[in-house]
Amino acid sequence: MADSKTETKTLGESLRQQGVSRRGFLKFCTTTASMMALPPAMVPAIAEALEKARRPSVIWLSFQECTGCTESLTRAHAPTIENLIFDHISLDYHHTLQAAAGEGAEAAREAAMHENFGKYIVVVDGSIPLKDPGFSTIAGISNLDMLKETVAGAAAVIAVGSCAAFGGLPHASPNPTGAVSVSEIIKDKPVVNVSGCPPIPTVISGVLAHFLTFGGLPELDDLGRPKVFYGQSIHDRCYRRPFYDKGLFAETFDDEGARKGWCLYRMGCKGPMTYNACATTKWNQGTSWPVESGHGCLGCSEPDFWDGGGFYNAISIPDGDIARNIGLGAVAGVAVGAAAGMLNRNAKADAVAKHEAVTVDDLEKTS
Amino acid sequence: MSSPIDFLLWVKGPAFDIALAVFVIGIVVRLLEIVLLGRKQDLAEPKGEEFGPGLRTIVTRTLPEAGSFKQSPFTVIGGYIWHIGFLICLLFFVPHIELLHSVLGIKWPGLSNHIVDAVAVVTMATLVAMLIDRITHSVKRFLSGPEDYLVWLAAFLPIMTGYLAYHRVLVPYPLVLGIHILSIEFLMVLFPFTKLMHTFTFPLARWYNGAMAGRRGVQS
Ligand code: SF4
Ligand code: SF4
Repeated sequence: MADSKTETKTLGESLRQQGVSRRGFLKFCTTTASMMALPPAMVPAIAEALEKARRPSVIWLSFQECTGCTESLTRAHAPTIENLIFDHISLDYHHTLQAAAGEGAEAAREAAMHENFGKYIVVVDGSIPLKDPGFSTIAGISNLDMLKETVAGAAAVIAVGSCAAFGGLPHASPNPTGAVSVSEIIKDKPVVNVSGCPPIPTVISGVLAHFLTFGGLPELDDLGRPKVFYGQSIHDRCYRRPFYDKGLFAETFDDEGARKGWCLYRMGCKGPMTYNACATTKWNQGTSWPVESGHGCLGCSEPDFWDGGGFYNAISIPDGDIARNIGLGAVAGVAVGAAAGMLNRNAKADAVAKHEAVTVDDLEKTS
Repeated sequence: MSSPIDFLLWVKGPAFDIALAVFVIGIVVRLLEIVLLGRKQDLAEPKGEEFGPGLRTIVTRTLPEAGSFKQSPFTVIGGYIWHIGFLICLLFFVPHIELLHSVLGIKWPGLSNHIVDAVAVVTMATLVAMLIDRITHSVKRFLSGPEDYLVWLAAFLPIMTGYLAYHRVLVPYPLVLGIHILSIEFLMVLFPFTKLMHTFTFPLARWYNGAMAGRRGVQS
């Protein structure tokens, strides 16, 4: 945790100090530009802006979370420029990573807020419990209070991970803690949802790079996610897509189709309904991604993915127990049908009983 | 939070359960009503058997008949094309097989998505042509009531929305998939209360016609 007061280095200076060559830096700028779907002509502008960027103060709040998001960000094995960006930002408060705890840590948060009022970025991972403030507290402060208080002076809020973005696992039915997302509480500041369980590290650094470069936030989709990373579905960018179109599917994890790398739809792949960058950015520094390693997408970057039926059920299968419901329906149908049948028979018998034989004389009388 | 995913989860969850209940209970009740009502005892001496002619008529009435074919070939051919097309889309699109497999426990080979896609286009075009024919043909228009148009819509929407979902035309995908499933729920709910019931009653009606003819010793 560097001290934001004394640190005035620009990003360019700090990268050079850490041994990043100009060439490596420009390569990063090019990747960033292409990731953000910007034309190559923008690269020099990005490089210049990033070169001059001052360290932004970042306050990281962790609420009802599993630390998976922080793990995702810090587990990169080889040092990458994304990591250096993280080294460069002034992470003034992150209670999982910082040594201080309790009041000492809270003092650092308050100091950072005070000094950078109106300019700092708040990153949140984890959802906020509304049922009982005591369900999750830090230094005796409830998550709700801490979020409101910290966001008051923020330039922007980045909700990292599906819990902060949409409620995530804590929000899964029956949602015992009354967990909600950041955007359900914070209405007066820009909130960017970087969803995923966990999100791709490059995507988080991409959003930060965007903020550093342009001083603002990227264009967002309906769910508040940066369009450049979440604009296309896994299915649309999946290299197994031709197999889907041809109707070639793996049906178990070890059948011929699985060995040949066919589409995983029948094994529950949620790629068609999931918007994320896995298929292009990949994981572990571009090594692979879930579908490439033979497992269907779980849909982790979408709201309520925990409640969307079994991970191994194809998307087309409704959630309820259909066979049981058909059975129940048939039993109910037989009961109602039998009752209706009896009524109809009675009506019929009644009609027969009431039937009066009419003679020609009768007809002549009435007409 | 109300998002397309919430909509999809509702459509795949509670809404599907409701539609399924209406569909199953409605069909069982209607079939039982027909069967339980019974027929007046026929006291005349039978002049032939009922069973064979009954079964035969289920088949023969399913095949085109020369007279009606000559009179309105378009209705006959169009009817076959779209019924078969609908069944191909329903039964041989792999995501549908996956659903039926989860219910029935059996599965069968599917068709390539490109083939199903082409069949869907032909089916939709046929349905549209038949609707135009129904509206422009004075006799057919006279014979058509609101229910006929409602049933046409209920049959057309699942194919059209399925086509849009497959081509991922409306974004985001959970929205268009949800609309597709909802259109099928619409079809399921209408089923027991409209002439869509013919899907289940046609064998009964045809068998009965054949059996009666057989009993009277006339050609079935
Ligand atoms: S593996 Fe998943 S994402 Fe890839 S084509 Fe198949 S269904 Fe789509
Ligand atoms: S492939 Fe799907 S489930 Fe896996 S990380 Fe990517 S979006 Fe999440």
